[in-house]
Amino acid sequence: MSQTLTETPERAGNIASVPAPALPEERKGLTKKEIAADHPTWCPGCGDFSVLALYFKLIEKRKMWHEKITTVAGIGCSSRFPYFVQAHGAHFIHGRALPFASGISLSRPDLHVFVFGGDGDAFSIGGNHFNHTARKNVKLTYCVMDNWVYGLTKKQTSPTSPLGFKSKTDMWGAVDYPINPMKQAISAGATFVARTTHTNPNHVLQMMEAAMDHDGFSFIECLSECVEFYEGAFDASNPRKGGVFNEVPKHHDVTDEMAAYKLAGEPFPGYFGIFYKSNKPTKNAKEAEINKSFQSKVTGLKDWQILQKNFDKLK
Amino acid sequence: MSDTTTAMSAGGAPKVASINEVVIRIAGNSQDGIQAIGGFLARLAGRSEQEVMTFMTIPATISGGPSIFQVRMGSGEVLSSGDDADVLLAFYQHSYEGHLASLKKGGIVLYDSDHVVPKEELKKDYHHLGIPISGLTVEAIGGTAKDKGKNIFALGLIAKMFDLNIPKLEKLIGERFTGKDPSILNNALAAFHAGYANPLGNVMETFKFVASQNKVGQQVVMNGNEALGYGLIAAGVRFGAGYPITPWSDIMELLRRELPKYGGTFVQTEDEIAAISMAIGASYAGRVAVTGSSGPGISLKTEALGWAVMAEMPLVIVDVQRGGPSTGMPTNIEQSDLNIALNGGHGDSPRVVIAPANVEDCFYMAIEAVNLARKYSVPVIILTDQGIATRIEAFPEPNLEKVCQDISPSFASVADHKPYDLSAPDGITTHLPPGTRINSGKYPIVTGLEHDELGHPTGSPKLHTQMMAKRRKKLQALGATLPLPKIYGPPEGNILLVGWGSTEGPIREAVDRARASGDSVSSLHIRHINPLPNGLENIFSGFNHVLVVEMNDEGLYGFGQLGAVLRARYCDPKIHGINKTDGLTWKVKEILERAKTNVSAGLRKI
Repeated sequence: MSQTLTETPERAGNIASVPAPALPEERKGLTKKEIAADHPTWCPGCGDFSVLALYFKLIEKRKMWHEKITTVAGIGCSSRFPYFVQAHGAHFIHGRALPFASGISLSRPDLHVFVFGGDGDAFSIGGNHFNHTARKNVKLTYCVMDNWVYGLTKKQTSPTSPLGFKSKTDMWGAVDYPINPMKQAISAGATFVARTTHTNPNHVLQMMEAAMDHDGFSFIECLSECVEFYEGAFDASNPRKGGVFNEVPKHHDVTDEMAAYKLAGEPFPGYFGIFYKSNKPTKNAKEAEINKSFQSKVTGLKDWQILQKNFDKLK
Repeated sequence: MSDTTTAMSAGGAPKVASINEVVIRIAGNSQDGIQAIGGFLARLAGRSEQEVMTFMTIPATISGGPSIFQVRMGSGEVLSSGDDADVLLAFYQHSYEGHLASLKKGGIVLYDSDHVVPKEELKKDYHHLGIPISGLTVEAIGGTAKDKGKNIFALGLIAKMFDLNIPKLEKLIGERFTGKDPSILNNALAAFHAGYANPLGNVMETFKFVASQNKVGQQVVMNGNEALGYGLIAAGVRFGAGYPITPWSDIMELLRRELPKYGGTFVQTEDEIAAISMAIGASYAGRVAVTGSSGPGISLKTEALGWAVMAEMPLVIVDVQRGGPSTGMPTNIEQSDLNIALNGGHGDSPRVVIAPANVEDCFYMAIEAVNLARKYSVPVIILTDQGIATRIEAFPEPNLEKVCQDISPSFASVADHKPYDLSAPDGITTHLPPGTRINSGKYPIVTGLEHDELGHPTGSPKLHTQMMAKRRKKLQALGATLPLPKIYGPPEGNILLVGWGSTEGPIREAVDRARASGDSVSSLHIRHINPLPNGLENIFSGFNHVLVVEMNDEGLYGFGQLGAVLRARYCDPKIHGINKTDGLTWKVKEILERAKTNVSAGLRKI
């Protein structure tokens, strides 16, 4: 037999080994001060500030606890998000925040999993994961802060940059047709698709709450202006800058995929609100169903006894 | 059939000779179910307390193509699948012509005379036994099955030839076809009995195994991929993610099928990067998860692997190596992923690399990998290869009640937590999963950016140096606890053969064979490759030559991948490489011949 380390490792080293004193059961909701961590490193005036502030507000309003929130991000300006939130969080690699978050969601139904990122993370390097996480309908909330430009690397063309946008990689103006995030999400099978903009805080919070309550993959495109590299990009959607903020028409049927797709095709500034919502079972629920049926066949058996059944067949 | 004269009785009454072991090579096309014959034989040997080892090649094509399965079973110790076969079972002309060279002179070639026209000039070298296997199978089963079932007919022939235990074989066939249409089982048994009843042309002597000296008690029989998959389950792994690639896919299929019984899940992801990312996410969520792949998939995973090193996240990564580089030789054997396992990815990213030496090892080292990952908060790579993945061996049944472990996280609240505590002894910190309440109100971020003790980004030169040292020091601490591998053969002598991974068996057999003929050869098998155990230099000092036997290229400077590591580590000019890249397992005689050419003075002790 091989020499193996089979004893359960002790929790050593970390100060976590110090047991916590017992706390009273009653817990007050968290204050903004308790939720805020590092001061954001974003440029003054960045739209991401308001998304962060509204995330805090969501946590306050919905009385979520630190330990039950998991904030995940990839790479980009907006992906710095987890550092600014006082809760468990992970800052993963570029474009792969969704599969990472899916790993959490699929193994920990007790946690709220929020993923924040930018348009590069979501639609360029992570485009494949966006489609597949949507189609699998993994329960989590994905908020893409879309600024139509690569900000962290200082003004290169993004997959959502409109045609003609002058960047350091398209000095003469962008030539590649941009992705329409809403169409992408709907056609990939996302079960909650909403659009909002950082200049309308109440609407952002409303969308975040609805997304959080949705049992499935909930996607929010939140326009978030990059004042440094794409100033004024979203002025046409901001009444304070002479634009119009059109909410999704009251008669729009959110379960009508074709209508949602049509809504997504409206020229900028288009509409804001929930475009599409359906109640397809989540991957989480389907896997739980599979587990239930398999476990009903091994009721009362310890794990080693289940494995023993396999080994008995290998004799 | 080492201990017996293989003289055949020409035309007389069948004789019975007693034998110690036999190597049977079955050659046909992959869709003929030749693996099934081999599997039955291997399983039977396991149930008879015999040792057994198999070797197979599969074509890379989707369906069909020439394929072989070689099984060696013996009453004594079986270390490799055997250099040359005693019996060749050939279904087609290409099987006959392509594999006769692998048969011992004087060995038996049993061929399907419906498909094979034997060559007259070869009849003096090999005992030819032609049986119309296809025709007799059709006759036995009848109906529309055509010659489907001829593999089971051939199994009957072999059972007759070697006086195998018929009730046990019938039981195995029954288990294999259980739950299917009963007519399938009936057909299989009809084919088997027809084969067994065949008089074998009345020219052949039959054989009987001597009683096994192997009193190990109950054995289990499986291949390396199965052992690894079950090992992960025993270790308490309940989440995995992967993308299909040969030869890793078997493990993900097994976990997908088995984990739901334990309340676990295996996810088939959209790509290799998603697979490792999802597994890391699940590990982060509290319980060590697994991902795996083979060569090209491992290349894709390296960025995320680097993140797991940086973020100090426990993770198990299985690499079932195949022939590379690039798409390479997907169904062949090579040990050429050691470099990527050790160093794959950018930056300095120390991780643990271990390599099981046999099928039993696959089971126990899977458990070890999980525990190392947890204890040291680090990704652990298990390197196996196509050979060990598909090779069937029998080994003593593990005590599952004792071995199986529960690694559920506790989520008990803590006073405070620093995920990257620099004052932790030997730099070893433990991951604290989300769901855990921290009473100080300071929550950790896990990150791929260089960070401070709480996981917040830093550009501090001092912290980068300290954190780099932390990640290095914990593996140095692990290295100091690793047991030295045992030397096979005397601890001093002329030649030390050093190997890793699936080559342990043939290397040990080479030592046995060399020593039997008076040469001074020992061997050492390294299972923990990163970190290496301390003290290998003391073993090397007892020998004049240290030859590192690997199935990879000799490289620009004459060393294989482990050879180069050992050279760099010990700066010992005695270290040389014996390498090959033909995509096949080592033959014992190959190792010895290569050792001889390497050491001009010969293998004897001077």
